[in-house]
Amino acid sequence: MNHLVVQRILGLLLMMFSVTMVPPVVVDLIYKEQSWMPFVESFGLTLFAGLLLWYPVRGFHKDLRLRDGFLVVAAFWAGLGMVGALPLYLSDAPVMSFTDAVFESVSGLTTTGATVLSGLDALPKAILYYRQQMQWLGGMGIIVLAVAVLPMLGVGGMQLLRAETPGPVKDSKLTPRITETAKALWYFYVAFTLLCLIGYLIAGMGFFDALCHAFSTVAIGGFSTHDLSIGYFDSPAVDMVAIVFMFIAGINFSLHFFAWRNVSIKYYAQDPEFKAYAFMLLVLSVVVIGTLLFLGTYGNTSDSIINGLFQAVSIATTTGFTTANYASWPGALPVLLILASFVGGSAGSTAGGIKVIRCLLIAKQGLREIIRLVHPNAEIPVKLGQSAVPFRVVDAVWGFFSVYIVVYGMMLLALMSTGLDQVTAFSAVAATLNNLGPGLGEVAAGFMTLGDTAKWIAIFGMLLGRLEIFTLLVLITPTFWRH
Amino acid sequence: MKILILGAGQVGSSAAYHLSREEANEVTVVDRSAEVLRELQDRLDIRTVVGHAAYPDVLDRAGANDADIIVALTDTDETNMVACQVAYTLFKTPTKIARIRSAEYMNARKLFTQEAMPVDVRISPEQLVCEYVEQLILYPGALQVLDFANGRVRLVGARADRGGMLVDQQIATLKEHIPNTEGRIAAIYRNGKAMQPDGDTVIREGDEIFFVAARQDVRVFMSEMRKLDDPVRRVVIAGGGNIGVRLALALEQTNQVKIIERDIDRARAISEQLNKAIVLVGDAADEELLLEENIDNVDVFCALTNAEEANILSAMLAKRLGARKVMALINRPSFAELVESGSIDIAISPQQITIGSLLAHVRRGDVVKVHSLRRGAAEAIEAVAHGEKGESNVVGRKIEDIELPRGTNIIAIVRDDQVIIAHHDTVIETDDHVILFMTDRRKIDKLERLFQVGVSFI
Repeated sequence: MNHLVVQRILGLLLMMFSVTMVPPVVVDLIYKEQSWMPFVESFGLTLFAGLLLWYPVRGFHKDLRLRDGFLVVAAFWAGLGMVGALPLYLSDAPVMSFTDAVFESVSGLTTTGATVLSGLDALPKAILYYRQQMQWLGGMGIIVLAVAVLPMLGVGGMQLLRAETPGPVKDSKLTPRITETAKALWYFYVAFTLLCLIGYLIAGMGFFDALCHAFSTVAIGGFSTHDLSIGYFDSPAVDMVAIVFMFIAGINFSLHFFAWRNVSIKYYAQDPEFKAYAFMLLVLSVVVIGTLLFLGTYGNTSDSIINGLFQAVSIATTTGFTTANYASWPGALPVLLILASFVGGSAGSTAGGIKVIRCLLIAKQGLREIIRLVHPNAEIPVKLGQSAVPFRVVDAVWGFFSVYIVVYGMMLLALMSTGLDQVTAFSAVAATLNNLGPGLGEVAAGFMTLGDTAKWIAIFGMLLGRLEIFTLLVLITPTFWRH
Repeated sequence: MKILILGAGQVGSSAAYHLSREEANEVTVVDRSAEVLRELQDRLDIRTVVGHAAYPDVLDRAGANDADIIVALTDTDETNMVACQVAYTLFKTPTKIARIRSAEYMNARKLFTQEAMPVDVRISPEQLVCEYVEQLILYPGALQVLDFANGRVRLVGARADRGGMLVDQQIATLKEHIPNTEGRIAAIYRNGKAMQPDGDTVIREGDEIFFVAARQDVRVFMSEMRKLDDPVRRVVIAGGGNIGVRLALALEQTNQVKIIERDIDRARAISEQLNKAIVLVGDAADEELLLEENIDNVDVFCALTNAEEANILSAMLAKRLGARKVMALINRPSFAELVESGSIDIAISPQQITIGSLLAHVRRGDVVKVHSLRRGAAEAIEAVAHGEKGESNVVGRKIEDIELPRGTNIIAIVRDDQVIIAHHDTVIETDDHVILFMTDRRKIDKLERLFQVGVSFI
């Protein structure tokens, strides 16, 4: 392993990240709320920290190895959580403890959307904007951004990208050059954000709210500038825009890329993951809306439909926007929605969770076992579309799944031992590990009532979820550090 | 430039490596083995596509539609040719390069026309390697002999040794030693590091020197660097594969050639092909066999089998048993580096020899020939200067006025049929073939721009 290279790149990334403290200052200058100071301070501190790391080893050039990639990504995300917390920690309004600030920042960057703040509507615009911007940066992956703009990452970029990109198959490049691939992903991301912004504007939002929500919608984040989340606007048009863009952002971005390049939507129709994703959302929505209608939770039909659809898409894609207090919905609905968030969005999207493609592969394997019982001698490959899935990938999916469950169980126990009740602990782990946001019980509205230990466990859970567990877990294995 | 490489074998992988490390290229590699591609993609910034290299849909997926060059390097000639045909017919790919191994196809020149088999450039690594070894045998003492301008100019690499007239002397004294011969020292590597040679540089024993001279002057020049070895008479070739047999055929008229082949059927087949050379059946690493065939009197021992480890070992053995000079075919650059400094005189790298002929087509500007040197760190280039005075950065200027990147020298010029060894005041004219030596290949961008003509000319 090459610690100097890791240090150099970390320094560069930190310096790059410090620039993101500048837009909130501009926001504050526009709204004149005198809260720019923490951002300027954080900008200086971050830049200085980056410089401190980078300067002594600036001349040290060497390609990144596989292991270095893991270390860079894990260290950067962890470090980013701390650095991103600086403005929140330093600001006078809101006054936040260090734990709370880190929680909020990690929740933002990992696109979880769980918050420890209440009274959002009264906070300075700069702080609100900053939270949304963190989600936006975290959505497509800040390292993907780095690979796109720092050409010197070159070959090493692939190692970084692989450690950060969600999904079981990480070798597919859209273009021959890694920087071009990263750029293409960001172009789409930016384009969707702009379209979403326009959508919200047309639906009647003010510019500031529209921009902020466009950030967190396309990132599948879930932060809002209002305590009532999207429900604040109380507008079916806004709900629809949000539903459409959450749905789009939950699709694999390479599908968008190929469909765009070949000007054809047949790529969507042919993709097994997309079909499963759309099917899952459809079934879930029908069940939720059906139950709401059947039990008459809402007075009128249209409320049931729009709330049911919105909550189904928002929770299943792990966004975590709310228009209704779904935690108090009747019957199995709250738990059903939480379980849906385990599946999450597609691989290569901005969504969290286990990812549709992994669940699809697991389901197909279950099916295969049944066929095997009937035809003991049959050779049955697991197929996706027309092609058989390599054994390696199938193995990796099982490995991921089992580790996910084990981690889930352990975090559940850890949270319960801090004194949380079972429903709260169960949903809090789901909300963080799946990068969902709101949970049930005590954490239905936010995580503010939790103790510090529980918050740190949740922070770890969010990072695990965003980096798909292995990238972080690999660092605590002795094999990784052995030379 | 968008480049499509078909086949991720030894030549394919090394082509992908060399091409992808140039910023301007976008490389996609196609192969049937997902395993090989994954390993390759880990190391290089390329895209990979799994599939049969000649199938239209595979080529389509690999982006043949907007590829500038397609390089077919799979191990079957037929696949390579069909892939070029498909690329030409369906995707209109401008440049199509294919590896053609069998001499049978290569000899049928009429076959390769746009109407029949649209392969623009045919590369035969076996032939290139064979020619390369032939040159080395022709100039004993040389480490490398590279042709430019159809062989009129040669760039020769040699190690300075006691007995060379110039050793421990300044380069400027060269003129006094051999007043009538023109030549120029292009680069000096001391302890593996490149030095910028000038008149005051003193040549030391053990320096690796590259010099350029007209074909007829090479031998005279060589004597400046080291005591001239006696001409090669007796040659032993280990391995009766394609390269070995080709080499034996080329040498058997002028030299005494023995060729060792392990497989008895193969040995019989090649003995029918060869006229004067003696085919021996046996193991090239068998001490008894080598001694019996008077290995201690052999001038050159060439290990050219497919197994590089076996080549290294048998060459080392031959050297210890008294062969004057041993060469081994080694694919892995790291192996070549390992052995060349010690027990084996010359490591022959097929990739490095082949890659040059590919590079010439990837370069912008009118580049005729590229030789990759020192495992790809340096390059010798033959480029044509186009344009009129004032339009070009090169034409109409004295060499000293041309802004060459650091570590790059113009070493010779071929004007019509005349070879001009470069001096600081030589003026370059239109259509001159300029031969350059770059010690640092990474500056290639700058050099390419230099030789590109302004838009007005196109």
